[in-house]
Amino acid sequence: MHPILKLVAQRLSLGILLLFAASALLFGLTEILPGDAAQAQLGQSATPENLANLREEMGLNRPALTRYAEWIGGILTGDMGNALSNKLPIGEQIGKRLGATMFLAFWAALISVPVAILLGLVAVRYLNRWPDKLISGSTLAAISLPEFMIAYILIFVFAVKLGWAPSFANVPPDMPLLEKLHSISLAIAVLTMVVLAHMMRMTRAAILNVMQSAYIETAELKGLSSFEVIRRHAFPNAVAPIVNVVMINLAYLVVGVVVVEAVFAYPGMGQYLVDAVVKRDVPVVLTSGIIFSAVYIILNMIADIVSILSNPRLRHPK
Amino acid sequence: MSNELKLLSTKVTAGTMTRREFMSTAAALGVTAAVASTILADAAYAAGPVKGGTFRMGVQGGESTNSQDPATWASDVPLAGGYIWGETLVYPGPTGLDAKVAESWEGSADAKTWRFKIREGITFSNGAAVTAEDVLATMQRHSNEDSKSGALGIMKGIESMRADGDVFELTLAIGNADLPYLMADYHLIIQPNGGFDDPAAAIGTGLYTLETDEPGVRMTFKKNQNHWAADEMGHYDTVELIVLNDATARTAALQSGQVDTINRVEPKIAKLLGRAPTIEVKTTSGRGHYVFIAHVDTAPFDNNELRLALKHAMNRQEMVDKILQGFGSVGNDMPINEAYPLFDETIPQRSFDLEKAAAHYKASGHDGSPIILRTADGAFPGAVDAAALFQQTCQAAGIPLEIKREPNDGYWSEVWNVQPYCASYWGGRPVQDQMYTTAYLSSADWNDTRWKRPEFDAMLLEARAELDEGKRKEIYSKMGRLLNEEGGVMVPMFNDFVDAISTEIQGWETNPSGPQMYWSAFAKTWKA
Repeated sequence: MHPILKLVAQRLSLGILLLFAASALLFGLTEILPGDAAQAQLGQSATPENLANLREEMGLNRPALTRYAEWIGGILTGDMGNALSNKLPIGEQIGKRLGATMFLAFWAALISVPVAILLGLVAVRYLNRWPDKLISGSTLAAISLPEFMIAYILIFVFAVKLGWAPSFANVPPDMPLLEKLHSISLAIAVLTMVVLAHMMRMTRAAILNVMQSAYIETAELKGLSSFEVIRRHAFPNAVAPIVNVVMINLAYLVVGVVVVEAVFAYPGMGQYLVDAVVKRDVPVVLTSGIIFSAVYIILNMIADIVSILSNPRLRHPK
Repeated sequence: MSNELKLLSTKVTAGTMTRREFMSTAAALGVTAAVASTILADAAYAAGPVKGGTFRMGVQGGESTNSQDPATWASDVPLAGGYIWGETLVYPGPTGLDAKVAESWEGSADAKTWRFKIREGITFSNGAAVTAEDVLATMQRHSNEDSKSGALGIMKGIESMRADGDVFELTLAIGNADLPYLMADYHLIIQPNGGFDDPAAAIGTGLYTLETDEPGVRMTFKKNQNHWAADEMGHYDTVELIVLNDATARTAALQSGQVDTINRVEPKIAKLLGRAPTIEVKTTSGRGHYVFIAHVDTAPFDNNELRLALKHAMNRQEMVDKILQGFGSVGNDMPINEAYPLFDETIPQRSFDLEKAAAHYKASGHDGSPIILRTADGAFPGAVDAAALFQQTCQAAGIPLEIKREPNDGYWSEVWNVQPYCASYWGGRPVQDQMYTTAYLSSADWNDTRWKRPEFDAMLLEARAELDEGKRKEIYSKMGRLLNEEGGVMVPMFNDFVDAISTEIQGWETNPSGPQMYWSAFAKTWKA
C-alpha cells in the first residue's frame, strides 16, 4: 500500500475511535449537569405530576447506559433520532444548521485565507518597513478586540449609521444568493478580522524562517526579484506550517463562532448547541458535539497530509 | 401654527403631501422634529387603521428547542407565536377579559359551575368547525393524569368538565369567581381535538396562520381571511416573529429599520433609545415583580423579627432607581400592586429604616452567623447588583448578609424553591386569587416561601367564592397585610415592561398583562 494511503487509513480509524471517546466524554459531562430535559422545559411551571409525566415520555427514567447505547445504536444505523425538547428530527435540524454554519465559514474562509497569505507575503517583502508595520499593526489590533466588540462597532457604523448592511443576518432558505451574501456581509467581515492576524503572522514567520536559508541567498544572488524568491523558493518550503494554521482557523470558523452567531442572530450550529445544552437536550448535544469533533479531526488530518505531500523527505521515506 | 401643521398632517395621511415635505414645512415653521412627528402620528391615528404590510417583531426569548405544542411553552417567543396562530377561550385585554373562542360566559351563584358559549360559526385554520368537544379535549390534554403541560398547576381545582351542545361547562370543587381568568392562560390555546392528534401542528383559530417555523430563528405568518374578526383586527398582510436574544442586536435591528418593534429594552439604554427620532419607547407598568424569597420554615428565616429586619433594611427606591433606571415602582412585601383589580391602596408602604432594621435584628436574637442570599444573573435582570445594594444597606444596619452567586444554568431547578433564601422573579398573574393560589397557598407546588397558614388559606378560599366585590377587596386587603407583616417574600420592586416601536406603528395601547400589548400588537396596530 502506498504510504500516504496507509497513513490516511490509520488516521481515519484513529479518528473514529476518537469520536467514540468524545461522545462518551460528552455524555458523561451532560449527566453531571444539574437537572434534566424535563425540568429545563417546565422551568418555573414544574409540578411533581407534569415533571414525572414528561420524564416518562422523554424516557429519562431509564438508566444512563441504556440511553447512551440507544443513541450510539441510532447514530451507527444513520438515525440521529428526535430532539427531546421539541421532538423534531435531529438530522433535519442539524442539516439546516450545519448548512448555515458552513455557508458562513465558506465565504469567510474564501476571503480571509487568500488575503491573510497575500498580506503575509507582502509583509515579508517589505520587512520592517511601513507596509509590514501597517499590516501587522492593524491585524493585531483587530484580533486583540473581542469579536463581539468588533461586531458591535461594525453594526453601529455600517447598519445603524450608514445603512449599508443589515444588522442581523437573516437568511431564509428561499433567499437568492446575492441577498444572502449581503445579509451575512458584516458577519463575514467580523470573522475575517478575527482570523486574519493569526494566519498572516504565521505566514510571515514561516516564510521569514525559510528566508534565512542559504539557498534563498543563492536565489537572490542569481538576480531573482524578491517576490520571485518568495513565490518560487520560500513559499513552497513554508507551506506545512501555513496549512496547519489555516486548518486551525477553518476549524474555528466552523465550531468557534457561537458569539458571532449570537450577535448577528445567525441560525448556525453554535446557537443550536448552546440552546440544547441549556435545555439538557442530550441527543442534540451529543450529535452536535460529534459533528464538531469530526470537523476538527478531518481538518487536522488534511493539514497533516498536506504537510507530508509538501515535504519531499516525508513524501519519500527511506 | 400648530393648527396649520395639523391641517397639513391630514394632507400627508390623505397622500397629497409626502412625509418629507411635511417635516421640512414643520422645520420651516420652527417646530422640532419630535413635535412634528407627534402631530403626524395623531393625524395617522385619526385617519383610522391602514391595511396591509408586514409587521416585523424582534423578540427576546426564543430557543432552537422551542416547539409549537402549547403545553411546552415557557418563554416569550413561542407564546407570542401562539397568540398569532391561536386563541384561548378568553384573553386578558387592557381592561378585563376579551371574548375570543368563547363568545360569552357565565358562572353559577356559588361560582362553582361555569359555562362558556363557543362562538358560532368559527373554524380552525384547517377548515374544521370549532366545537365544544374541541375545547373539552384541549382542557383535558392540559389537565388529565398524563399531562405534561405547564398549565397543569392551574387546572387542579377542576372537578368535572363536559361539552353541552355549543357550551363548554366545567365544575369546580370550590367556587372561584375568577375562574374565567384561569382560562386565559397562554397554554390553553384551543386546538382541534385538543391537540391530542398532533399537538405541534399549529392549527388554531388565530388571526394569522403559521407559514414557516424555524425554532429559535423566526416564524412567519399569513393573514387568516376566515377569522371571525378579520375585518376589525389583523391589519397586516403578514407577520414576522424574529428571534433576537442579544440585547444589542435587538436595538440595532430596530434602529436600522429591520424590525418594527422589540421587547425587553434594557432600562439602562431606554432613555437614550427614546431620543432617536424614528423610535418610541413604550413602558407598561404591570404585575411582574422581583423578589428575595425566604423559607419561613427554615432557620434563621423562621424568625419573623429577622424577616422584618431584612425587610426594613432594603432600600427599595434605590433599587428602582439603579436596577430599573426608574422603569418600575417600589414593592411592599406582597406580590400585589395597583395593577391588580381589588387592590387596597391604603396598605402602608414598608419604610427603609435602618434603625428599625437594627432593632428587629437585635430582637431576633440571631447569633451573628452569615445570612446567605443566593443570586444569579438569570434570577432577574440586575439580580446580582440588587443583592449587592441590599448587602450594603444590611451591613449599615448590622445584619451580616452574605451573597452567594450561583450559575444561571440550573438556577430554577437547584436554587429556586430549594434553597432557603434566594433572588427570583414572578411574571404576575391577571388576578390576586391566581397569584396567591400559585405561590402562597399551603398546598401550592410553587410555594417558594413555604408560607403555610391555615387562616391565610381560609381567607383565600373565602374570597374566591365571594361574588361581592367589596367584601372580596376587604379579604384581599387582610391577606396582603398579613404577608407584608409576616411573609417570607420580600418585594423590592415591580418592573415595567419596556418595549420600543418604530414611529410608523400606530394604534399602540398598553396592557398590564405583558409586553407588546400582551402580544396583541400584531392584531391591533398598523403602519401609517
